[in-house]
Amino acid sequence: MTKASASAVSFRQVSRHYGEVRAADNISFDIEDGEFFSMLGPSGSGKTTCLRLIAGFEQPTSGEILIHGKSVAGVPPYERDVNTVFQDYALFPHMNVADNVAYGPMIRGEPKAQRLREAEEMLRMVALAGLGARKPSQLSGGQRQRVALARALINKPSLLLLDEPLGALDLKLREQMQVELKAIQRRVGITFIYVTHDQGEALGMSDRVAVFNKGHIEQIGSPADVYEHPASAFVAGFVGVSNILTGPAAQSIAGAPAAFSIRPEKITLIMGGEEMPPAGACLARGKIESLLYLGSSTRFNVTLEGGGELTVIEQNRAGGARGGAEMQGRPVLLWWRKDHMQSMAEAAPA
Amino acid sequence: MSLDVAAPSPLTRASTFLYLRPRLVLTLLLLPPLLWLGIVYLGSLFALLAQSFFYIDDFSGLTVYQPTLRTYGELFTPANLTIILRTVMMAATVTVVCGTIAFPLAYYMARYAGTKAKAIFYLAVMLPLWSNYLVRVYAWKLILAKEGAISWIFQQLHLSWLLDGVLSIPVVGGPSLSSSYLGTGIVFVYIWLPYMILPVEAALERVPRSLLEASADLGARPKETLRKVIFPLAIPGIAAGSIFTFSLTLGDYIIPNLVGSSRPFIGQVVYGLQGTAGNLPLAAAFAMVPVLVMAGYLTLAKRFGAFDAL
Amino acid sequence: MPSKAAGNVSLRMGERPSLSLKAAATFGLLFLNLPLAFILLYAFSTDDRSFTFPPPGLTLKWFAVAWERSDIWQALWLSVRVALTGTAIALVLGTLAAAAMFRFRFFGREAITLLILLPIALPGIVTGISLRSAFGFADMPFSYWTIVLGHATFCIVVVYNNVIARLRRSSPALIEASMDLGANSFQTFRHVVLPNIATALLAGGMLAFALSFDEVIVTTFTAGQQETIPIWILGQLLRPRERPVTNVVAVFVIAVTMLPILGAYWLTRDTHEASGSGK
Repeated sequence: MTKASASAVSFRQVSRHYGEVRAADNISFDIEDGEFFSMLGPSGSGKTTCLRLIAGFEQPTSGEILIHGKSVAGVPPYERDVNTVFQDYALFPHMNVADNVAYGPMIRGEPKAQRLREAEEMLRMVALAGLGARKPSQLSGGQRQRVALARALINKPSLLLLDEPLGALDLKLREQMQVELKAIQRRVGITFIYVTHDQGEALGMSDRVAVFNKGHIEQIGSPADVYEHPASAFVAGFVGVSNILTGPAAQSIAGAPAAFSIRPEKITLIMGGEEMPPAGACLARGKIESLLYLGSSTRFNVTLEGGGELTVIEQNRAGGARGGAEMQGRPVLLWWRKDHMQSMAEAAPA
Repeated sequence: MSLDVAAPSPLTRASTFLYLRPRLVLTLLLLPPLLWLGIVYLGSLFALLAQSFFYIDDFSGLTVYQPTLRTYGELFTPANLTIILRTVMMAATVTVVCGTIAFPLAYYMARYAGTKAKAIFYLAVMLPLWSNYLVRVYAWKLILAKEGAISWIFQQLHLSWLLDGVLSIPVVGGPSLSSSYLGTGIVFVYIWLPYMILPVEAALERVPRSLLEASADLGARPKETLRKVIFPLAIPGIAAGSIFTFSLTLGDYIIPNLVGSSRPFIGQVVYGLQGTAGNLPLAAAFAMVPVLVMAGYLTLAKRFGAFDAL
Repeated sequence: MPSKAAGNVSLRMGERPSLSLKAAATFGLLFLNLPLAFILLYAFSTDDRSFTFPPPGLTLKWFAVAWERSDIWQALWLSVRVALTGTAIALVLGTLAAAAMFRFRFFGREAITLLILLPIALPGIVTGISLRSAFGFADMPFSYWTIVLGHATFCIVVVYNNVIARLRRSSPALIEASMDLGANSFQTFRHVVLPNIATALLAGGMLAFALSFDEVIVTTFTAGQQETIPIWILGQLLRPRERPVTNVVAVFVIAVTMLPILGAYWLTRDTHEASGSGK
C-alpha cells in the first residue's frame, strides 16, 4: 500500500457514464509524484473526461479517485490542490493580466500589494514580464497561454492539469512551448498531467504516456515503450505511423510471427542490389507503389510479393530525393531486424 | 503544498452542497420565474378562456357562471362576423404593405450598407420601435388631419383633387384621411414596420456571401440573383415579421379608435365590452378570435421557416 | 446588431445599388422617423384647437402650462414608480430564468422558452383582457400592484433575452477556471459572472424601463381609474383640452424613452443578438 500513498493520483475502477455513453469505462491507473504524465488519444477516447474527473468538474458514476492517497469523492474543484490550464485559456476578459494571474491569491484573501508582487514574479517566470496591465484581448495566443500557465502555477498546486494547451498555436510556437513547458515542470518539480491528441507532443514531453481508446486505457508506459512495443494494433496505429501485417502476408515472410507490427523507419530499402542485408534479418520483396518526398525524409509505399503493403520511411542522408515518379513499379528488397517486430494478437486493428 | 483550509466557511459549504446537486440548483433558479409566469400569466389566460364560456344574463346584466357555448354563438351574428372579417382583412393588408416597404430597406441594409451606415440604419429602425407607441400614433393623427401636413402638401402641389379622389373610393376612403380605413392602414403600417424590417434584415444578412459570389460567378446579374437566390432565402424572415404585423393588427384597439371610421375592429369591441357595464364573457369570446387566428397563422408560418428566423 | 465583418460583399464586388433601391430605402427611413419631428413642431404651435399645417405661430408658453398641470405630474410619478418596480422584478426573474436555461439541459426547455415569450407573442389586448378577467374572478380591485403585475410580466422577456444573449457569448470554461482557482460558487458569481453580465443587465433593465414607461395597451385594462402618462395621453387624444400641452408631454416622453434605448444599444453593441429584436 505504500506505493499507493506515494501516488499523486490514483484511479480505482472509475467509470463515468452519460446515459448510454461510457466516456470512461472502469479505468484504473496511478500517476506518480513529480512526473510528466500524458494522456493521449483521439477525441472521444476519454482522456479529457479523466482530466475533468481529476480537476473536479465532474464526479465519477462509479469507482474512486484518490489524490495523494485521499478520496476526492464529493470534493469540489475549489477544494482540491489541483489547478488547470484550459484549452481556450479561459482568461477572465474583464480583468487585466496581472489580476488574472493574482485571482487565486485574491480569493484566498491575500493583501493586494503582496499578490500583485507574486503575479509579477510569475509573469517573469513565463517570460511575460511587464505585460500585467494589458487585457487578455490584447495578447497573442502564445502570450495568453502563458498567462493561463502563470495563473495556475501561482497557487503552487501539487498537480497541474493541462488540457490540450498548445492546440491553437502554430507549429513553430508549439515546438517552442513544448520545450518551455518541460523546463518549467523540471524546475517547479510538480506533477504535470497533460492531455493531447498529438502523439508527437506526448512522446516528446512525457515521462510516461497513457494511450486512451473508447473510454479505456490501451497502454501505459514510457514513450519508448509505447512506441517501440505497442501493446495493441490501436496503439501501434495511433502512435506514429505503423505497418501491420497479418494472415497470409505475414506468413509469407520467413521468421515473422503470425501477426506483427513494424515501424517504417526500422525497415531498410534496397534497390538494385547495391548492398546485402545482414544475416538473420527478415526479408521481403516487393515493388514501389508510390513515394513522397517530405524534405528530411522520403516515404515509400511498397506492395509486397507475398501480399500486403509496407510503408518505409528513409532519412534523406544522401541529399535530395531518391527518385521521382519513374520509380513506380521498381522492384525492391526490404529488410529489418527480427527484434524490431512487435507481435500482435490476431484481432483486427481498432 | 496541500490546501487544508481549517474549516470551510458556511458559504463554501453551501456552495459545495449546491455544486453536488445540480438538479436542486435548477429548481431553485427556475421556480420563481415559473411560479410568476404560471400564476400571473397562464392563470390569467385560463381565466380568459373560462370567462368566454360563461354568459351575461340579459335582464340582470350579471355574469352567470355556468358553462355554455352561447357566448361563442353570439360571435356568429352578421354584425360580429363583419367586425371579425374587417379586422382580418386589415391585418392581411397591413402585412402585405409592411412587407413591400420593409424588403427594399432591409435589402439595402443587409447588402449595401457599410458598417457605419448599417449602425445608423439600425438605430433609425430601433428608435421608432422602442419609442412610445401612443406618441407615434398621435404624430400621424396630426399629419393626417384635414388641416394637417398631408393636405397642405397636396394643396401646394395642386394635387388636392387626387387626395379627394382617393378619399372617395368606397370602403377604403372616407371624409378625411384621419377617419378612413386608408388612414388606419397607413398608421398600422407605420407602427409595425420595424417589426417587419428586423427579421427580414437578419434573414438577408444570414445569406452566406459565398452564395452571392457563386451566383455572380455563374453568370447571374444582380436582379436575377435577387429573385432566385436572395428572395427565397429571405422568406423565413418575411414570415417571421408577418407574424408580428398580423398578430399586432388583429388585437389593436387604440389605432382604429384614434384614426379611422367609427366602424369597430375586434380590439375596440373587446375594449368596449370590458367596462363595468359591459359583457366580459363576450369580450373574452371576442378576444379568443385573435388567439385562434394566430394559432392557425403560426402553424402556417412555421412551415415557411418563420420560427428559425425569429 | 449588424455583424462587424469588415465591409460588405456587394460593395466589395463593386456593385452599386440601383437608384430605385436607394430611393426606396430612403423613403423607408424617412417614413419611419419623420413623423416624430411633427410632434416636436406642434409643441410650439400657437393654435390650440386644431392641427393646422403649417402652424400659424410658434411659442414656448405651452411648456410652462404643462409644468403647472398637476394631473401630468401625478401621471408621471405613477409611471416612474410602476416602471421602476416592474423593472426590478423583471431583472430578478429574467436573470434567474436565463441562468437556468443557459446552464442546464432538461426536459421541457422549449415549452419554457415559449412560456417566457408568450406575454409579448400574444396581442396586448389578450394579455390585458386576461388580466382583467383574472382580477374579476379574484375580486381584486385595481391598484398600483395590478399595473405592476402586468408590466413585470412582459418585461421579463426583455431582460431574459439580453442576459441569455450575453451568456451565450461567454466561455463556459470561465466558471470552471474560477472554481479551479479556489473560488466557490458565490465568489465565482461575484467576481466572474456578474461583471460579465453587468452590461447586459443594465441594458435589459433600461429597455424594460422604457417598455414599461410607454406601455398603454395592457395598462388600460389593469389601471382602473389610475393614470399613467400613456393613459393620460390617450385620454387627451380622445377628449382634447389644450392640444399643444399634449404635444409637450409627448416630446418629453420621446426624450425620456430615447435615452434608455440609446444607452442599451451602446451597452450591447458587442452582442450579436440585438437587444431589441426580441421585442
